[in-house]
Amino acid sequence: MAQAQRRAVECGVPDPAPFMHPSLLKNKGNWKYHDRPRPGVLHHVSHSGDQVWSVRAGTQRQMDTYTIRTLCDIADKFGEGFVRFTIRSNIEYILADQKKVDPLIAELEKHGFPVGGTGNSMSMVAHTQGWLHCDIPGTDASGVVKSMMDELYHEFKNEEMPNRLHLSTSCCEINCGGQADIAVIIQHTKPPKINHDLVANVCERPAVVARCPVAAIRPALVNGKPSLEVDEKKCICCGACYPPCPPMQINDPEHSKLAIWVGGKNANARGKPQIMKMVASGLPNNAPRWPEVNKVVGDIIKAYKADARPWERLSDWIDRIGWPRFFEKTGLTFTKYLIDDWRGSRANLNASAHVRF
Amino acid sequence: MAKQLHPTPNLDELEKGPWPSFVTGLKRLAKDKDYMVDVLGHLEHSYKTRKGYWKGGTVGVIGYGGGVIPRFTEIKNEKGEAVFKDAAEFHTIRIMPPPGMHYDTGTLRKFCDIWDQYGSGLIALHGQSGDIMLQGCTSENVQPAFDAINEMGFDMGGAGPAVRTSMSCVGAARCEQSCYDEAKAHKMVVNTFLDDIHRPALPYKFKFKFSGCGNDCMNAIHRADMAVIGTWRDNMRTDDELGKKWFAKHGMNELVNDVVSRCPTKALQIKDAKDVRKGGDISSVALDDTQCLEIDNKDCVRCMHCINVMTGALAPGKDKGASILIGGKSHLKIGSLMGTLVVPFMKLEKDEDYQQLVELAQTIIDFFAENALEHERTGEMIERIGLVNFLEGIGLDIDANMVTNPRMNPYVNTGDWDEEVAKIKAKKAAA
Ligand code: HEM
Ligand code: SF4
Ligand code: SF4
Ligand code: SF4
Ligand code: SF4
Repeated sequence: MAQAQRRAVECGVPDPAPFMHPSLLKNKGNWKYHDRPRPGVLHHVSHSGDQVWSVRAGTQRQMDTYTIRTLCDIADKFGEGFVRFTIRSNIEYILADQKKVDPLIAELEKHGFPVGGTGNSMSMVAHTQGWLHCDIPGTDASGVVKSMMDELYHEFKNEEMPNRLHLSTSCCEINCGGQADIAVIIQHTKPPKINHDLVANVCERPAVVARCPVAAIRPALVNGKPSLEVDEKKCICCGACYPPCPPMQINDPEHSKLAIWVGGKNANARGKPQIMKMVASGLPNNAPRWPEVNKVVGDIIKAYKADARPWERLSDWIDRIGWPRFFEKTGLTFTKYLIDDWRGSRANLNASAHVRF
Repeated sequence: MAKQLHPTPNLDELEKGPWPSFVTGLKRLAKDKDYMVDVLGHLEHSYKTRKGYWKGGTVGVIGYGGGVIPRFTEIKNEKGEAVFKDAAEFHTIRIMPPPGMHYDTGTLRKFCDIWDQYGSGLIALHGQSGDIMLQGCTSENVQPAFDAINEMGFDMGGAGPAVRTSMSCVGAARCEQSCYDEAKAHKMVVNTFLDDIHRPALPYKFKFKFSGCGNDCMNAIHRADMAVIGTWRDNMRTDDELGKKWFAKHGMNELVNDVVSRCPTKALQIKDAKDVRKGGDISSVALDDTQCLEIDNKDCVRCMHCINVMTGALAPGKDKGASILIGGKSHLKIGSLMGTLVVPFMKLEKDEDYQQLVELAQTIIDFFAENALEHERTGEMIERIGLVNFLEGIGLDIDANMVTNPRMNPYVNTGDWDEEVAKIKAKKAAA
């Protein structure tokens, strides 16, 4: 131990100025308008008369250092040495010179980075951790995202949607991916299998009991050891007990299914922000490419693309056409499991004679 | 040269197709690193058996209580030894990026060098909470890796019951809709709580997010305990030249169908230029030489829709600041919640204004720390104690903007009604 222990410098969030493209720094807070000369390119005009072109490209998010260095090489050659990332893991190059736009696009595509994800396109799927790194995942994240983006590649590179389309995936019901126009989320269908030998050593039992949203867990003596038991009739298979108590194994290769949710909207544009709704479940966790999930997501996107009017987000479209027609047009089946019975559920029932025929 | 790859028939399927493949990236790293050879084997095993095999633990750096996400393999042989022994430890270090996620290539290359030296070479840009996630490090290398990153001027993000890493939109840096300096607010607020980020001791996680306008590109209202959403309180600005340009390109049908009829509060009307109302709350933009689009700014709720469609022709006003919402969260444990408006408008212009935002954040965190139950988010706490108790606790006045509609049941004792009215009137008179 030759080295003295170094104490952290608690420097916090860095000042972004040194990392910003000079044109952005100079025109900060002074932008006038923008347009989109082609999919994947934003053209911003400042009150000062300055202009910048931002070229957006998709990445795999989980990047190896070779990929990041390649992206840097491209930035040094065409983008004045600066980049930024969007919330959906797209990379953006900022150009003060319009002449560099086409060569930059050619270079990005040559290295396999699709240019797109702007305006009314489908952007990259908001991404979680999954089998690669999380300690509680029912499925993978990077693989699900990769297989979805392969299928929907055209929709990333073109602006053919009624409005922007955001997707997310989550590998457990915690939903780190957040809500989206279309979200794919694990839905367990069997109560946890408890490894009673381990509970006493690993779990803080009162904390686990308190974690259950339906009070289905109670302390119990099993084979003479302190453990926990689950009232399986009450259990809603949410998996909330699993993170604080890994011996309550909720993940199951067969019975952990995937559910599809739609109509989440975070923007305030037009209607207020909306929480997404479940529209399908029971899809198999079919690694490595999840074809059944991709089929349902693809069908929803096809129906939305064909039928929604300009500027309608998925939730606006459903507001107009109504739920029966949503299920009809997407080919999905409305089942009893989609009728809410959680707290506040009556607000989700139709308290009117409004029926579309 | 690293050892030979394990067969990965499942993962190989993810090298097909046009989207950039993370598997191809992992394999490239595995050419030089035994570590990544075994990470690939570990992941393939998950794909084959459809289960995850990492468990948590405790790993950290000196002085901090959080920010490292420890991962130890659970794929063991009968003797209890790791099957993928070079990937027995696969910890993540969460690092806070610059607001707006701007980088110069020198900085990114330095991250790459550090992570090639101490880690796996796999970096996620970025996690859903906004961190730079340096994925894959042994327990031994966590400290030197963090030391090198910290020397660059970067600091650890949050994990556990702590203030978490925050996100702000590109905003003022490159967006004409921006209503405040998102990066400044982000940096000032978050850097006030470094102790609460690095030494987790809150009842549960607490997230801030900063969006420059109602488009809420950071999904703050749903994902943040405290969402700061840009807005303005004077009239929308308009530009006749850009209005005419838009109308010449898009025409009357699009104006009616896509703009006027989609305004949620019917604040927009098409008028002959001579009929546009005069008055302090009216703005208008020319469509051609005879027609205008008229905006009644008292009816507008700053939803951003018409501005998004006719960017530049319409723009946010000049008296700018933010609305603040509290209590957004995802499913666990009571169901998804949107944040609730608690400050309709806070001016954000001068340094003192930003300081006021920091003070409000401090008050809310203090209240949360004292009043939330263990493992309870702010949204759940407010649901349990009621909005009025929360507002009284943090010293904010009630406002009719905070409700969709007033109470729909009689189950409340209104005995002190007259005193409440008198109090509110006295306060208004004094203001
Ligand atoms: C046990 C383990 C958990 C692990 C390993 C885990 C892992 C993660 C990771 C890696 C992220 C992205 C972080 C980043 O951007 O740096 C994340 C975000 C998130 N986590 Fe967790 N998480 C866990 C538990 C939870 C729990 C219990 C909840 C909720 C009650 C939760 C809710 C979320 C949400 C909503 C996000 C997205 C945050 C955002 O959009 O800002 N997580 N989680
Ligand atoms: S969604 Fe669940 S399984 Fe996936 S990364 Fe988040 S906590 Fe882990
Ligand atoms: S899975 Fe959910 S409902 Fe079932 S016992 Fe665990 S916490 Fe309770
Ligand atoms: S939230 Fe508003 S200001 Fe921020 S980037 Fe999005 S549109 Fe621009
Ligand atoms: S910004 Fe105002 S005027 Fe424009 S559509 Fe929204 S509410 Fe209507």
